[in-house]
Parts: sequence; structure tokens; C-alpha cells
Amino acid sequence: MKISREDVVRVAELAYLDLSADELENYRKQIDEILEYIGKLDELDTSNVEPMAQVLTDDQTADATLREDVEVPCGLAGEILKQAPDPEPPYFRVPKVIER
Amino acid sequence: MTANWTIDGVREALAARKVSARELVGEFYRRITARNPELNAYLALSPERAYAQADKVDALVATGRPLPPLAGAPIAIKDVISTRGITTTCGSRILQNYVPPYDATAVERLEAAGAVMLGKTNCDEFAMGSSNENSAYGPVKNPAAPDRVPGGSSGGSAAVVAAGLAVASLGTDTGGSIRQPGALCGIAAMMGSYGRVSRYGLIAFASSLDRIGPLATNVRDIATMMQVIAGRDTNDATSTTAPVPDYRAEIDKPIKGLRIGIPKEYFGVGMDEGVRKKIAAGIEIYKKLGCTLIDIRMPHTDYAIATYYIIATAEASSNLARYDGVRYGMRAEGDSLLSMYRKTRGSGFGPEVKRRIVLGTYVLSAGYYDAYYLKGQKVRSLIAQDFREAFTKVDAILTPTSPVPAFRLGERTADPLQMYLADIYTVTGSLAGVPGISVPCGKIDGKLPVGLQIFGPTFGEARVLQLAHAFEQADGASV
Repeated sequence: MKISREDVVRVAELAYLDLSADELENYRKQIDEILEYIGKLDELDTSNVEPMAQVLTDDQTADATLREDVEVPCGLAGEILKQAPDPEPPYFRVPKVIER
Repeated sequence: MTANWTIDGVREALAARKVSARELVGEFYRRITARNPELNAYLALSPERAYAQADKVDALVATGRPLPPLAGAPIAIKDVISTRGITTTCGSRILQNYVPPYDATAVERLEAAGAVMLGKTNCDEFAMGSSNENSAYGPVKNPAAPDRVPGGSSGGSAAVVAAGLAVASLGTDTGGSIRQPGALCGIAAMMGSYGRVSRYGLIAFASSLDRIGPLATNVRDIATMMQVIAGRDTNDATSTTAPVPDYRAEIDKPIKGLRIGIPKEYFGVGMDEGVRKKIAAGIEIYKKLGCTLIDIRMPHTDYAIATYYIIATAEASSNLARYDGVRYGMRAEGDSLLSMYRKTRGSGFGPEVKRRIVLGTYVLSAGYYDAYYLKGQKVRSLIAQDFREAFTKVDAILTPTSPVPAFRLGERTADPLQMYLADIYTVTGSLAGVPGISVPCGKIDGKLPVGLQIFGPTFGEARVLQLAHAFEQADGASV
């Protein structure tokens, strides 16, 4: 077994996901199977391989210089707040933060 | 009124005053009313915007001036792509009524070229899936066989083109999500190289893998769409500064003498016999067209799915952290901020999304990062190297797009890993950053479409399009 129920509980906490007992067990089983499959990567010796942190090289993406840090107006605040579940312009209102 | 419109056909008909852009929009909305209830391919329609754009195009036609490349073309946009004023749900409850305040760059460019946006298409939730069965808004049916899946995650975008409910569409591809539904629905579908098309406005799933790309009934339309949407965007730092060639001119160039690699690893077990036969027939077409077929090895192919599901889920767990009920989307009430986060995300996300967030968080977590995420990044380098080495010997790589034709709804939903394995031929190119296209390559028993995939080197979209176009012109779709 690669992943325990406790592992799933801990990860769900990190990811702020409320999971039911059924979900916990189902995901545990399914992720266990997936991690088993993923284990095949251990067949490869990657001790001398660099991780592929970027897809494109610098010369394929970067302009020659950084852009100037110029402020431009963004008039979308009103439209953005309209999307909020509980707006009180100019704020997003949320439930009280309670000490854990 | 023609049944089968193409982008060029629309523009020519408008210029010849055979039809108006407004009439065309009306025709497509009639078709959508008739067929969408069965297919469930569109999630939202945008008639106000469509008719306003159509009127602009009609006014331009009236001036007699030359029309832009997509003038009047009725287009559909996958619902993970931001469209100002039009709901963008990502196929999820958590963004049920989300209306973006801006357009994605790709959408802006299409409209600037005259395209008419009809609406937003259904997709797997947050682009996670290979069958469009993970949508919170119900599955999409394959127009070729309505008891079967259209593929995913861009199932809606593929279905609308296949069913004549749009002339072309935009989809997104992270591990195969443009190419595979294109194959299963029997249409042309392309992803350019990573960085070829701006991701600005694409609601992120996996930032090092996501790409926006076109689906259409023919390769020329794909080339036209790519022409319009490709190119540097200062709003996307990962978009390339490499210039955009004239794809429409490039696709007619001859392909005789081009070397096509056939990688042994893509033709082993796991491929449906019907698919195998059609791809073999497709290979014969390239031989007849004068290409040289060369056997090649891509030794890390079998590790691609494992690599993909580490990297993509890790990136997804980060990208989906923003859905917390604070600024947009759904909110589930909680008695504290953290409780609100947990309940919102627990109830707003569907099972596949939650599963991937859990897996992605796990592979990034302390104690497991090296064994999984770092390892995955290293194997990704090896997979990319397989492609670089192959392209020192060949000009393009030919593979099946999907190991199986469209499967029945519900057939693969019980076992997530089974569903993931549907991506075995597509994820490799996603990881390597190279461009890929799927073109129709026959139908099994005259019914189930098969797709043939061509990979090119990074920024080799022109070559990929040439090869696809020649295949289509040689009637490859009828093998």
C-alpha cells in the first residue's frame, strides 16, 4: 500500500477539501493504484538528468530586456466585484477568520 | 444553404453576396436548437454578441473591401477560455455563474479576424478528462455514435464541428484534449507547440502543458485558425517570440521526400485492431505520396503517462487553489473562513478534480517531492530528448492518436487509471512541448472515426500542417 487513509486526510487538509468518509476511502484506493503505476518511473536511472523546469529556452521566449514597470489604468474593479459571492465594494467579504 | 461550410467557403459566399453573416448565424442557431439537446455540446449561447459581430461583418461586406480571413465564420469556444460577458464555467459547479471581465487573447484575435462566436462548449471539468464525462453539466454525445463519448476534454468543441453546429472551434490540449476528441469525432484537430498560442485568458489546469488550439472539418481551416491565434502576446510570458509563418501558404508545399518516423513503442499492445488497420492504411498513403517511412525508437514512451499524471496533477493542485469562494464562483457557507474554503471546494469540485488535487498535493508534499515530482521532471527531460533525437533523423513522427475508437458512455468511468491510459499516444508530445495534429483516417465498420497523429519539431507547425493537408487531399479520411 503506497498511500494510507491518514495520508489522504492530511493532503485533503492541505488542499482545503472537505471529503466524506466514502470519498476518503475511494480516493485512497484509486490513488494507491495510480501511485503503484507511477512507481514504474523507478526503473529509470535519472541521477544525471536535469529536471525539465521550463519547456522553452530563454531565447525562445524572453524579449531582449525586461519591460518598463509602467502603471496603466485597469478599470475592471467594479466588474470584478460584481462576480464576488459577497461583495462590499471595494472589499470581498468573507466569514471571520478564527484562530485554529 | 450549404450543409458543410468551411472558413474559406463562408468568406467567399459573403463576398459573393450569396448569404449574409446574419443569415448564417441564424442558420447555425437553428441547427443548434435542433441538435444540441441530444448532444449537450454547447453550454451557453451568445446570440447578442454573435449578431452584433455578424452585423459588423455584413457592413464590411457592403463596403466591397477585402474581408479578413475569418469573416463571418461561426465559431465555438471551449468553456475554459475566458469570454467577456459570457459565462465561463470550465464545466464545473464551482464557476457556475462566473462571467469573465475580459476576453482571452485567442478569442480577441479570432474576433478581430471577423469570426462570429456562437457560444461556449461543454468540456470535462477544468479540462480534466478524456471523455467529457467529467462535466458537471452532463456528458457530450459523439455525433458519429450518440451512445458513445466524443472524447475529452474538448468533447464539446469536437462535437459541434463534427455535427455542423460550428464551422470551427477552439479547444485546449494538456495531455491530448484537442487531438483525442478530434480523432474520436472524425475531424481535424491541432495543438501548436507550447508557447505558440497565448494562454492569456485560458483558465489554467497545468501551466507547463496547457495549449489552446483549433478544431475544424479540414486542414486548411486549421491553418487559418492557427495563423490568426498564434504569435507573441506580452500578456503571456511563456508565449514565444518566434515569428508566425504564413501557414496558409505553407500547407500546399510538396511533401515528397519528407522522412516520417514510425516509433515502435506506439504500435505495441493496447491498440484496438480496427485502429491498427486504419493507421496501417494511412501509412500506405504517405508511402504513395513519396514520403520515406523510417522505423524509429522513442524509448521513454511507456513512462509518459506516469510522468504526465505527476506533473499535471501537481500543477493543477496549485492552479486550482484559487477556487475558494472568496472572489468569484460558488461559495458554500461556513462558520469560519477555513471552513468556507473546505466546504466550497469539497462541494464545488467534481470527483475527478478532487482526485487530481489530492494526488497533485501528495506528490508535491514534504517527503514525497523528490520521489515523485522531481523524478517526474527528470523523466520529462528524457521524453523531450526522445523527440529531439528523433527529429535529427526524421522530419515528422506518425502515430495513432488514440489506442481505441470512441468508447461507450460509462465504459471507463469506474477505473480512473483505465481512463488515463486512453492518453498514451498523446501525452508524450504534450510533455515534450512539440506540435501535433490529428487528421481523420477512416472509420471502423464505416462508423467509428479513427485519427492519425503527426508530431513535428518545436515550432514546426508548418511541416505538420503540410503533411496533414497532403493526407487529406489524398483522401486519407476514406481509408
